Amino acid sequence: MLERIVSLIVKELLAIWRDPKSRVILVIPPTVQLFVLAFAATQEVKNISIAVLNQDAGASARDLVARFTGSPQFTSVEFLRGEPEIAPAIDSRRVLMVLSIQADFSRKIAAGEPASAQLIFDGRRSNAAQIVAGYAADIVARYSEEILSDRRAPLTALARAAGSSAVTPRIWFNPNLEPLWNTSPALVAIITTLMGLVVTALSVARERELGTFEQLLVSPLSPTEIILGKTVPALLLGVLEASMMVAIVVFVFRVPFWGSAPLLYASMLVYLFSVIGVGLFISSLAKTQQQAVLGAFAFMVPAIMLSGFASPVENMPDWLQTVTLANPVRYYVVIIKGIFLKDMPASVVAENLWPMALIAAATLPTATWLFRRRME
Amino acid sequence: MNHAGPELSPGSASRWIRAGRLRRVAGLVRKEGWQIVRDPSSYLLAGFLPLLLLFIFGYGVTLDLRRVKIAVVIEQRTPETDSLLESYQNSRYFEVRVVHHRYEAQDDLVANRIKGVVVMPADFADRLGRGDLAPAQILVDGSDPNTAGLVLDYAQGVFANWLAQEALSGADLMARASRPALIATEPRYWFNSEVRSQNFLVPGSIAIIMSLIGTLLTALVVAREWERGTIEALMATPVDKLEFLLGKLIPYFALGMGAMILSAVTGVLVFDVPFRGSPGALLLVSAMFLLAMLPLGLLISTLTRNQFAASQAALIAAYLPAFELSGFIFEIDSMPWPIRMLTWLMPARYFVASLQTLFLAGDVASVLVPNTLALAVIAAVLFGLLFRVTRMRLE
Repeated sequence: MLERIVSLIVKELLAIWRDPKSRVILVIPPTVQLFVLAFAATQEVKNISIAVLNQDAGASARDLVARFTGSPQFTSVEFLRGEPEIAPAIDSRRVLMVLSIQADFSRKIAAGEPASAQLIFDGRRSNAAQIVAGYAADIVARYSEEILSDRRAPLTALARAAGSSAVTPRIWFNPNLEPLWNTSPALVAIITTLMGLVVTALSVARERELGTFEQLLVSPLSPTEIILGKTVPALLLGVLEASMMVAIVVFVFRVPFWGSAPLLYASMLVYLFSVIGVGLFISSLAKTQQQAVLGAFAFMVPAIMLSGFASPVENMPDWLQTVTLANPVRYYVVIIKGIFLKDMPASVVAENLWPMALIAAATLPTATWLFRRRME
Repeated sequence: MNHAGPELSPGSASRWIRAGRLRRVAGLVRKEGWQIVRDPSSYLLAGFLPLLLLFIFGYGVTLDLRRVKIAVVIEQRTPETDSLLESYQNSRYFEVRVVHHRYEAQDDLVANRIKGVVVMPADFADRLGRGDLAPAQILVDGSDPNTAGLVLDYAQGVFANWLAQEALSGADLMARASRPALIATEPRYWFNSEVRSQNFLVPGSIAIIMSLIGTLLTALVVAREWERGTIEALMATPVDKLEFLLGKLIPYFALGMGAMILSAVTGVLVFDVPFRGSPGALLLVSAMFLLAMLPLGLLISTLTRNQFAASQAALIAAYLPAFELSGFIFEIDSMPWPIRMLTWLMPARYFVASLQTLFLAGDVASVLVPNTLALAVIAAVLFGLLFRVTRMRLE
C-alpha cells in the first residue's frame, strides 16, 4: 500500500514539475506577488499633494503655511489664487487636501481671539484623508501651542501638567512602525494559501476533465490512497513555497525573525492541511477546471479579506467576526506574525492552532467521503 | 461559384461574405453563450461572486476603527486612577479590561488578544501632582502599524481630555489650563461628508468584480479549447481569427456588463452608496475597462494553453493589480516609485479613479476623460497583441 501511495505521489510531483509552464508558475508568481505586494500594501500615507489658499497677508498665516510646506509628508504644495480654484483642484484628484486661510487670520491671532483654518479633503479617498487630517491638525496644534507658550505667564505646576502632560508611548515588536514588518509575514501566509488551494482544487478537476481520473479509478488505489496521493505533493509544494518566501522576507526584506523556526514549521503543516482539505473539498465537487478555479476563488477572496490582513477583524460587525472563526487564514496570520515579530510562545500558538486542526479534521474526511461516493 | 449565377456583381459577393461572417460570429456567440449557461459556475461568477464581494467590502472590510480591545494596568488604586479608568471605559473607541500587573497585559499583547495597554504606575497620583511630564504610559502592538498609530492617538486623546476635565473640576487656577486652542481646524470631507469607508470601497470593488469576469473567465476559455482539443475542430471550419475572437469576446462582454449593472444597483440600494454621476458615463467607462480586460484574458489563455497556468497568470495580471495597485484600498501616492510606475500600466487604476468619481463626485470631465482615454490606449495595444498571437492554424 505504501509503495502504491509513494508512486502516486511521485507521479503527481512529476506531472507538475515536468510541465515547464507549471514550473514557472510555481516559482515566479509567488515571488512577484511577494515583492510587489509587500511594498504596495502599505497603509502608510506619504508623498501627499496639497494646495494652499492663503487670503491673509499677515505674518501668522505665512508662518502656518511654512509649517505645511516644510512638512516631509507633503511633497507637493500648490498655491491657489482664489476660492473658485478650490473645487477644480480637488475634483480632478490633483490634491488630497486644501488648506484655506481667511483674510482676518493674522489679525485675530494678534488680538488673541480664536482663529480658524479650514481644511478641505477629497472624501473619495477618505481613509487617506483622515490620516492626513491627523497630520494637519498636529501641525496646527503645534503652531498654536508655540504662539501661546510665547505669551503665557508662568503657571503653577498642576496647570503646567495639564498643558503639557502626556502619556509616554512605547511601541513594541515594531518600534518604528515599519509597514513592511507587518505586511510581508502576512503575505507569506496569503500567498501560501493561494498556491495550496489552487494546486489542490485543480488537481482532481484536471484529471476529471482530461479523462485520466477514470484510469485512477480502475487502478487498485483506494479513495483514501488517492486523497493521500493528492495531499502529500501539495503539502510538499506548500512547505517549499513558504520556505522560499520566509527566506526572502528574512534575508531580502530584513524583517526580524524572533520566534522559533520549528514552531513556524509545525503550524505551517497544520495550516496547509486545513487549506488542502478545503481545496480537495472543492475539487471533489467540481466537474471542470473552471468550476474548481471559481470555487477556489469563492473561498479564497472572503477568506483573505476577512483574515485581518486588509483590515482588523475587530472592526467588523460582531456576527461577521463569528463567521471568521471558521476561517483558517485568520489564525495563521496571527501565528506567523506572532512568530516573526513577537517570539510567540508555544502555548499561544497552540491556541490558534487547534481551530485550524479542527477545520482540517472536518474538510479532509468530507472530501474523502465525497470521492468515495463519486466513485461508487 | 457557378451555381451562384453569372449576374452576381462583386459588390453583392462581398455582401455575401459579410453575411456569412455575421452568421458565423452569431453561431460562435450562441455556442459560447450556451457554454456559459450550461456551466453553472459561469453565472455563479457573474451573479453570486459580485454579491459576495460587495458584501465583504460592504460589511467586512472597514477601515474605520471601532472598539479596540485594550488593557488598563492599575498598580495602585487611587481616586485619580478610578477617574481616568472611567474615561477610558466611556470612550467609544475602547473596550477596556482592568489588570493589576503589567505582565498579565503583556501576555495578551503577544497573543493578539489586545491592541494596547495603558499603564498607570503605583506613583501615578504623585507624578500627576508634581506636574510630571509623563505620569502614564501606553504600550501598543507595532506589528500592526496602522492600528498601533490609531490606538496611540486615541489613547493620548482620552488622556488629554481627562486632564482638561480634571483641571476644570479642580481648583480655579487650573481652569486656565483648559483654555480653548488658539487656532481651530475645521476639517471638511467633500463628496463623503460622513467619512464612510463603504462609500469608496463599494464602487472600487466593482473594478475587482469586472477584472475577475473580464480576465479570469476568458483566460480559461481558449486554454480549455486547447486542452480539450476542440480548437482543432474549429480550425477546420471557415471561421477566421477575427470571427473566432469576436465569438469569444461578445458573450463575456455581455456577462461583464451585466455583473457591473448588478453590482452598481446593489451598491446604491443595499449599501446606500450615493451615485452622483450619469449612468451613460458609467456604462461608457465600464465598457472601455472591459475592452481592456477581455483581450488580456484571451492573451493569457492563448499564450499558456493550460488552464492551471492561465488561472495563475490571470490572478497575477488582473486580480491582484485590481486589488492592490489600483488605489482601491492602498494609496498609490504612498507606494515606492517603481511600483508607482507599474500602476500606470494597470487598467484597474484608471477604472477605480473613475468609479469613485462617478459614484461620489459626479461627471467630472477632468477625471473621466483622461482615464477613459488611458483605458482606450491599453485596450488598443492589447487587442493588437492578441490579434498577432492568435493562430488559426496548427504549426
